[in-house]
Parts: sequence; C-alpha cells; structure tokens
Amino acid sequence: MDTLNDKPLLEVNNLSKYFHGKQTVLNRLMKKPPPKLVALDGVTLNLNRNETLGLVGESGSGKSTTACCIIRLYEPDNGSILYNGQDVLAAHADELREIRREVQLIYQDPYKSLNPRMTVRATISEPAKVHGLVDRAGGEKLVKNLLDRVGLPSTVADLRPRALSGGQRQRVAIARALSLRPKIIIADEAVSALDVSIQAQILNLFEELRRDLGLSMILIAHQLSVVAHLSQNVAIMYLGRIVEIGSTSEVFLRPRHPYTAALLKAHPSIETSRCHTPALTGEIPSPYSIPKGCRFNTRCKFTDALCFEVDPPSTEVTPGHYAWCHVLPEYDKITSKQS
Amino acid sequence: MTWIKESYHRTISEAIKRLRGRAKSERRWSSMTLWLGVAIVGIMIILSLSAGWIGFENPNEQDLNATLLRPSIEHPFGTDELGRDIFTRILHGARIDLSFGLITTYASLIVGMLLGALAGYFGGAFDTIVMRAVDTVISFPYIVLILAIASVVGAGLFGAYIGVLAVSWALYARLSRGEMLVLREMQYMMAADTLGFPVRRIIFKHAIPNLLRSNLVFSMSDIVLNILTLAALSYLGLGVRPPTAEWGSIIAQGQKYLRTAWWISTLPGIVVVFVGVGFALIGDGLADKLGEDVTGAF
Repeated sequence: MDTLNDKPLLEVNNLSKYFHGKQTVLNRLMKKPPPKLVALDGVTLNLNRNETLGLVGESGSGKSTTACCIIRLYEPDNGSILYNGQDVLAAHADELREIRREVQLIYQDPYKSLNPRMTVRATISEPAKVHGLVDRAGGEKLVKNLLDRVGLPSTVADLRPRALSGGQRQRVAIARALSLRPKIIIADEAVSALDVSIQAQILNLFEELRRDLGLSMILIAHQLSVVAHLSQNVAIMYLGRIVEIGSTSEVFLRPRHPYTAALLKAHPSIETSRCHTPALTGEIPSPYSIPKGCRFNTRCKFTDALCFEVDPPSTEVTPGHYAWCHVLPEYDKITSKQS
Repeated sequence: MTWIKESYHRTISEAIKRLRGRAKSERRWSSMTLWLGVAIVGIMIILSLSAGWIGFENPNEQDLNATLLRPSIEHPFGTDELGRDIFTRILHGARIDLSFGLITTYASLIVGMLLGALAGYFGGAFDTIVMRAVDTVISFPYIVLILAIASVVGAGLFGAYIGVLAVSWALYARLSRGEMLVLREMQYMMAADTLGFPVRRIIFKHAIPNLLRSNLVFSMSDIVLNILTLAALSYLGLGVRPPTAEWGSIIAQGQKYLRTAWWISTLPGIVVVFVGVGFALIGDGLADKLGEDVTGAF
C-alpha cells in the first residue's frame, strides 16, 4: 500500500448547512433576522477506499442533506469536502461534472428517479454517452453488461419504467449509476421504499458491487438492520450532528450514546416482542430551535445539569469509537433502565 | 383444502381478466375518440385542399340568377345573396381558417412552452419578467386585447395573426412553468443533474418531453379558440377582407338574411362546430394515449 491509498477517499470536515425560513412582515418590522433552520452543524466524516460507511438517524437528522452537500446539490455554508484530495466546494463546472461522475447518488424512490418517458436502454446508456465514455456500439454492450451486473434479463432494455416493479426499477437506477464507473456510491435510503424481501436482494447487490468493483459506499438509512450487515463503520446522526461514530461492531454491541442505544432498542424484532415501553418518546426537536447544551437532552433519560448547559465534547471511548455525550452510560445500564 | 385453493385461484384470475378487459376497452375507447377526431379534421383538410378538382373551383363566382337558393343537389349548402355557392366558399375558407388555427396555435405553443420551461427551471429575475408579462397579457379580456392589437397593426389577415400570436403564448407559458416547477422536484430531474448532464440536455431531453403532453392536449382546444377568434375578427371587420371566403365572414354576411335564408349562416356555423369537436376529440384521445406511456397499469 502506498501512501496515497492510506488517505481517506472522501473527507468531510466540519460541514454545516443552514436553510433560511420565510421572513415575515412582523419580523422585519422588529428588525429580527428570518428564522434559521440548522440542517447540518459541524459534521465530520471520513470514507476510506472500498469501505462502506453507514449513516443512520431519524427523519430530519440531516443524513440526506449530508449526501446532497457532498455532491453539491446544496451549497454548504461552512466546512470543507475533499474528494481524493480535491476540494469539492471550490470545483468549477467541469471539475464538478467530473466529481459528480465519480460520486454517484442513488435515490430513495425508484418510482420517481427514472424518467417515465425513457426506455431502460436509453436510461442506462445516456450518462456514459453524454460523458463521452462510449460510442453507440459501446453503449449497447454497456447496457447488456450492466443489466447482467445488476441481475436483470437483457429483455427489459426495451421497456419503460412503468413496466417494472420497484425492485427492478432500483436495479435500473443502480445500473445507471454504475454506467459512469463511479468510485463512490451514496445510497440515500435506497431500499426503504422497497419490500423487505427485495431490500435484502438490493443490499446483497450493493455488497457484491463493493467487493467486485472496489467501490466505496455511503449507506444512508433510518433502519439499523440495513447498515448492520454491510457497513464497516457507522455514524449515528441526530439533529444535524454526528453523535456517535465508530466501527459497526463496536457501535452496535457497545453503544455509549443514549440515542444509539435507543435506536437499537427501537428496532422491532420478532423475538423481543415483550417490550412495551417505547425506546424513545416524543419527536426530534425543531431544527429552527436547537436545544441549549446537548441537543438530545429533551429525550434523554440520563441527563444531568451539565447536559442542559454545555455542548458535549467528543470522547474516544475505544480507539476509533467516538461518542458526543457527557454521561456516556454503559450499554447494560441503558437497557436495564429503559425496559 | 384443495378446492378452497382452486376456487381462490379462479377468483383471482377472473378478477385479473376482468380488469384487463376493462383496461382494454378503455384503451380502445380512447383510441376511437382519437381516430374519430383525426378523421373529422382530416376529411376537412382533404376536402378543402382538393376543392378545385372535385368541382368547387371558384368561391367568388357570382350567379345573380341563382341568389338565395335553398340547399339542393346542385348547391349542397345553398347560395348567398350574390348567388355564390356556400359549400365552395366553406371549402376555400377552410384553407385560411385551418392554417390560421394551426400556425397561431403551434407557434405560440413553442414560444410559450420554451419561455415557461426556462422560467420555471431557472427562476429568479428571468422568471419574474416572463411571468409578469404573462400576467399582463392574461389580465386583459382575451378578445379585447386581440382587437386592440389587430386594429393597431391594421385590418387584414396579418393583423389577426399578430394579434392572436401576441396573446395566446401566455397561457402556454403559465402552464409550462407550473409543470416545470413540479418536474424540477422530481428525482429523475435531480438525477439528471447529479449524473452530470448539461443544463440544455436536462431541459430539452428530460423536461420538455414530460411537459409536452399537457401542452398538446391544451393546444387542441386552443386551435378551436383561435379559429373562432379569426371568425370573430372577420365578423367585426378586422379579419380577412371581403370577398375573401372565410368562415367568420360568411357567417357575418349571412346574418342579415337569417330569417329568410337561414342556411347562409347556420350551415357554416355547424361546420365550425364540427371541426371544433374534431380537434377536441383529438385532444381527448391524445391525453389518454400519452398518459398511458407513463401510468398505464395492466
């Protein structure tokens, strides 16, 4: 391994993104600024080569915003993104096109992410043609190879998306992303719109692709089970911030942040149907008014006075496993107290 | 237990058969309306183009010995006060009316759709300018604005063209902008962006084909409206000049004989209605046909 390969492929440092709400007449008269929605607040991530990183959190925790910032669908307000040593945020049109070619996003809903008027063949071959990677004959071959790669028969090439099922559509979307020979695939809730049986197939396909094509992946999900099997590292997000990050086995077996533990507990499983108390109560707070101190303090069962005053710093509980919590309860304690 | 299973399977397969049958008959009905519309408009176009060869040469030929004749074998739609054959005049007038309807409609469709699509996609200052212009045009009563513009440009067919073109693009622009705002949020448009497609390609290859359906369907009723507008302008003396045969002017001239010779105004009026129904049927069938592409179940 040379030194270049030791560096992470994608480095996200201190990424922040705010959205501005509507300015009302009353606010303007009182000279107040428009309300500010904090979508991301200082997110730091690293993605290594040929690694799968799971990004987990409730709705509204900023997972998708992170993905959109990485490929610059949104312009972040603060922070830096380095892809392969190149500054993504400073990239100009052509450079950005090149980066977007290598970092592909797979969308949540395959019923919306495919153009209904284009055949599967056109959908898959178009990106490569536009980027000048293949000519007409090469496009035919590419479609055949990619359909084979994602496990679809080549007869679907002439169909339009409406003739395909959800799982088949998502395979087409994956084939389209692969047509540009990306280095990173960001799967933004790519299986949450699919049947459970199909989810497993698509996830296995992701794992195959990572193994065979040497891809790196960011797997965004709100279900822990989705990322548990596939990702080497996992980051738990809450209200625009990462609250716990580390290797998957470490975080899932010995969580130190109460939120992670609650998510693990909230996960439905057939065996533990005896649990009656919900793991988490209430809603995620409004991103317009982030609580003072630790942002989980409205729902946490371990709060002490410090949690309402000071933002918790990161603690390295074991090497590579960080948690942002003052209390850092042990896993056994969390389960016994909450059940 | 097996009989339960079998009857279950039978019920299911029957239900599917029934659904398929219904979808099929709906499809057949929609293509029937489409083809009926095409037949009506097609017959009108063919008749008007071939009028010279099938014995209806001169729309302005007068025969003062045969004025105000009732419809007969010789004069299927009767004659007017100067002895001109009304059927011949209708066929020749169709050339002016149909070409006026088609040209004004599709020219304004192209302009309006492009402006609306660009405004919806880019937003910002361009959007504001285009949409305020649209608002200005739409806020006037349609016919009044056309009358004003046509009278400024000058009476005649050219004035009518300018007047209608200046007004009818606005509705397409508004329609397309609204659709574009919806489309922009569709993930396949975002996907086109993240796949690194140039903006021109996103707009013309991914957005416009999806905008086209509603615009085309609307255009079918717009053709009728524009033809009627020309008729109205001619009726008011701003469209074509007499003695040129044009549907509106034929109807206008026949008005004074409505009590003694009803056929002069009534029969051309029925032809206008007939052609209007033809275009409306095309629009209906087209809406179903183009929608199938995207939604069609079974």
